[in-house]
Amino acid sequence: MKPLPAISLAHPAELVVSLVTAVFTPWIAAGIALLIGFFASYLTALSWADLTFVLPATAFGNVIVALLSRFWLHEPISLARWAGILLITVGVGFVAHGPSRTEIPAELETAREVIAK
Amino acid sequence: MMLALTAPTPGPLPSPLTAASMIAAVVLCSTAGEVLTAAAMKSIGDLDDIRAHSGMKGAIRAVVTCPLFFAGVGCLALAFFSLLFALNHLNLSLVAPASASLTLVTNAVAGKIFLKENVDRRRWTAAVLVCIGVYLLAH
Repeated sequence: MKPLPAISLAHPAELVVSLVTAVFTPWIAAGIALLIGFFASYLTALSWADLTFVLPATAFGNVIVALLSRFWLHEPISLARWAGILLITVGVGFVAHGPSRTEIPAELETAREVIAK
Repeated sequence: MMLALTAPTPGPLPSPLTAASMIAAVVLCSTAGEVLTAAAMKSIGDLDDIRAHSGMKGAIRAVVTCPLFFAGVGCLALAFFSLLFALNHLNLSLVAPASASLTLVTNAVAGKIFLKENVDRRRWTAAVLVCIGVYLLAH
């Protein structure tokens, strides 16, 4: 957003033009496409795994962002942040070792099939 | 009125109670959104199976015809706007880590209560470790 001119709320017509221009800027368009991809993958994961499995696992994205900013953007990372990266990695390792979905008892499954029929 | 690029003039910070209420609103809306979305996806069933049977269009139709899904997305949108509201009054260094880490714990509780998920010791440990980790990383 930084190379774009400041967006003004004073003239609604200009606001719409500014927003449309922003959406078709290559970096923003790529960002929106990636966010749509994220949401689609997230929904697919939720369709076969528990929320309490998916949420801690997706928190690993924070670690990737921190490592990218360290090695790509050469930003400094404090000791507390390295500790945070370590804790998230250990947490994701913990949850990933367990089952991804709560097993539904057989009789409940049968009841569901009866209802579905 | 100009947006962004110029830092706002710092005003007086809200009282701790008001600040806690703003963060609580973000956490509550976000948790409700996540739980409703997860419930919707569970009721729809495995999207990979649906896609194998009815193709990509069938999978998209299954999602967009589920009212629970829209309730979830509505709550997530509300969480986003309450986050913007909180950021308008509070410091980013307080709101971002507090809301991100608290949401993980409230989701574990809500998952156990509302989605009847088996939150065992392993998942509790993971939720708490990731919660502290996100706090340290975002602070």
